[in-house]
Amino acid sequence: MYRYSEFDTAFLAERNAQFRAQVERRIDGSLTEDEFKPLRLMNGLYLQLHAYMLRVAIPYGTVNSAQMRQLALLAEKWDKGYGHFTTRQNIQYNWPKLNDVPDMLDALAEVGMHAIQTSGNTIRNVTADHFAGAAADEVADPRPYAELLRQWSTDHPEFQFMPRKFKIAITGSENDRAVIKAHDIGLQLIERDSVLGAKVIVGGGLGRTPMIGKTLNEFIAFDDLLAYLEATVSVWNQIGRRDNKYKARIKITVHEHGIDDIRARVEERYAQVRPQFKGVDMALLEEIKTHFALPAFREGSVAAFEGAYTNDPVFRSWVDTNIAPHKNADHAIVTISIKKHGNTPGDATAEQMRVMADLAQEFGYDELRISHEQNVILPHVHKSDLPAIHARLKEHELATANIGLISDIIACPGMDYCALATARSIPVAETIATRFDELKLEHDIGHLKIKISGCINACGHHHVGHIGILGLDRAGVENYQITLGGDGSENASIGERAGPGFSYDEIVPAVERLVYAYLDLRDSKDETFLQTYRRLGLAPFKAALYPEAQADAA
Amino acid sequence: MARAFSPKIVTANHLLEGDVIYQTADDRWSRHISEAELITDEAHAQLRLLDASRQANVIVGAYLADAVAGENGPEPTHFREAFRRTGPSNYVHGKQEASPQPRA
Ligand code: HEM
Ligand code: SF4
Repeated sequence: MYRYSEFDTAFLAERNAQFRAQVERRIDGSLTEDEFKPLRLMNGLYLQLHAYMLRVAIPYGTVNSAQMRQLALLAEKWDKGYGHFTTRQNIQYNWPKLNDVPDMLDALAEVGMHAIQTSGNTIRNVTADHFAGAAADEVADPRPYAELLRQWSTDHPEFQFMPRKFKIAITGSENDRAVIKAHDIGLQLIERDSVLGAKVIVGGGLGRTPMIGKTLNEFIAFDDLLAYLEATVSVWNQIGRRDNKYKARIKITVHEHGIDDIRARVEERYAQVRPQFKGVDMALLEEIKTHFALPAFREGSVAAFEGAYTNDPVFRSWVDTNIAPHKNADHAIVTISIKKHGNTPGDATAEQMRVMADLAQEFGYDELRISHEQNVILPHVHKSDLPAIHARLKEHELATANIGLISDIIACPGMDYCALATARSIPVAETIATRFDELKLEHDIGHLKIKISGCINACGHHHVGHIGILGLDRAGVENYQITLGGDGSENASIGERAGPGFSYDEIVPAVERLVYAYLDLRDSKDETFLQTYRRLGLAPFKAALYPEAQADAA
Repeated sequence: MARAFSPKIVTANHLLEGDVIYQTADDRWSRHISEAELITDEAHAQLRLLDASRQANVIVGAYLADAVAGENGPEPTHFREAFRRTGPSNYVHGKQEASPQPRA
């Protein structure tokens, strides 16, 4: 795990002191809101519908138990006893008071955490595969590189006032769990002739103009990667559209210029900047890697696990959905569902955070991860400890066996919290989860990702949901548009709009019709919703969604 | 023909608490929409918004929101304002946890 150097600690302390002074000057009237707003946003502080909201970065989704306990403390002391894990591997607090925020930031700094660059036109929190360092299928742990990128981009003079925000995601596996094709830059680590490097994908993004990222370069060796990325960001910084906020993201630049033109410009710029990189970054990377050394995996019999798996059906069902293969065969990756049926996706109470911290400390080599799918992960667990972990999770409503299933929904805060929202998303997610739990169909339906956003900004990733739901305001009434066939994996695609939207009361029945249609249409139990959709296209699903239109045509 | 002016209230968020507040006719900020001044004249609305914007050390982001006269004072016409006066729908937090609406 990365430990702050003295420089980082001093930097954070200074930033926090500055912000404390800025808050005081705002309160005594010497700063106007127009002056203060960019300053508070740089420190992760938003003003929402009902209150301020503090967004805390969790770089590459990694925290230890002490940090998780501190997050619990913040929730209890300065919020309403819970925190909201988001799709950007952040945690958001929905109820802080302006006066308390400097104290919250100081408390975070005690455990090396902060809220810097969670907002504004900067390079944002670099996100990584939440199974990084543990996944059986990875080429290398992407987090040291994510950390190098964080150090390179934090307060980089050239990258503080860019045309727009900039988001980077990184994965070490072909199997993409980090949605890298929906980011401004996506990196996939690749090994070629025993040299480590990355495939560079550029220009992905969601929002009002969703785009799947395009390959800028099939392989850049690690030695050259930082220079290459600096060249890429710098090209966009020069030619990106600053005239129009909606055209400013690099996806538009790539779209308008074409990937070949961008590649040529990047190459040219790369030739200029490359000599400035004299290998210091690689020395730093080696140093950073030592902080991410794998724990010494414990050895021991897995018989206890196998016994419980055979004898306890509830445990078995949880293992089948929530456990993923680890690089060490006696170990497993545990995904703790923060999606209990009927609860707000991603919300964990202070008590739950402490339970997860305890489990990490007792059984998990002190590591936890936050996934972009709003769940929490114990990346390294010896299989013999799984029954004890499961028992503890059950006591705290954390043992829902639904990872990758219909109730494992991503939902943005929507109109319940967000000042930009055009409709609610949380209650739609809650109702869908509750409904399919009642129907007892969830496990039969299998792998199905529903993603919900409360406005066109697409924080809920609806464009890449197998079923995407977008909440809009149609003449003063909530209206929900469905898109189908989106995919955020390595085979990324943007969902297709199914047709006219549905009212708040109609949206859940509409989803139910879609799912029943899928159950009728699939050629076997093994064909997932997305596979069936790709085989048959929109038409049969549309017919299920709009039965009246069918009747009219007949 | 000019469109009839639809009645407005001035609303904002409190600088320190961050919660939703409403401008009253006697120049206070109330936490209850029922106490808001319902403005029926466009020129007066602009004037009241200006009054509000001058109080930058108390409030943030004042704007005019549509409202109608109800039995107990102004009521929201749009669901966004309905949420603002109540709180989120996933927890009993925000104004709904503090006191029942409306309060005199
Ligand atoms: C509640 C306060 C929030 C505000 C004001 C907000 C605002 C925005 C805005 C304006 C954008 C569009 C940026 C653009 O297209 O240039 C955006 C994008 C995004 N937000 Fe949020 N957001 C909020 C909460 C969240 C939460 C809770 C999540 C995670 C669940 C999230 C995840 C994202 C993601 C992943 C994108 C990227 C979509 C893209 O590629 O354009 N946001 N946000
Ligand atoms: S998608 Fe819209 S409503 Fe949802 S969090 Fe983002 S900005 Fe808010």
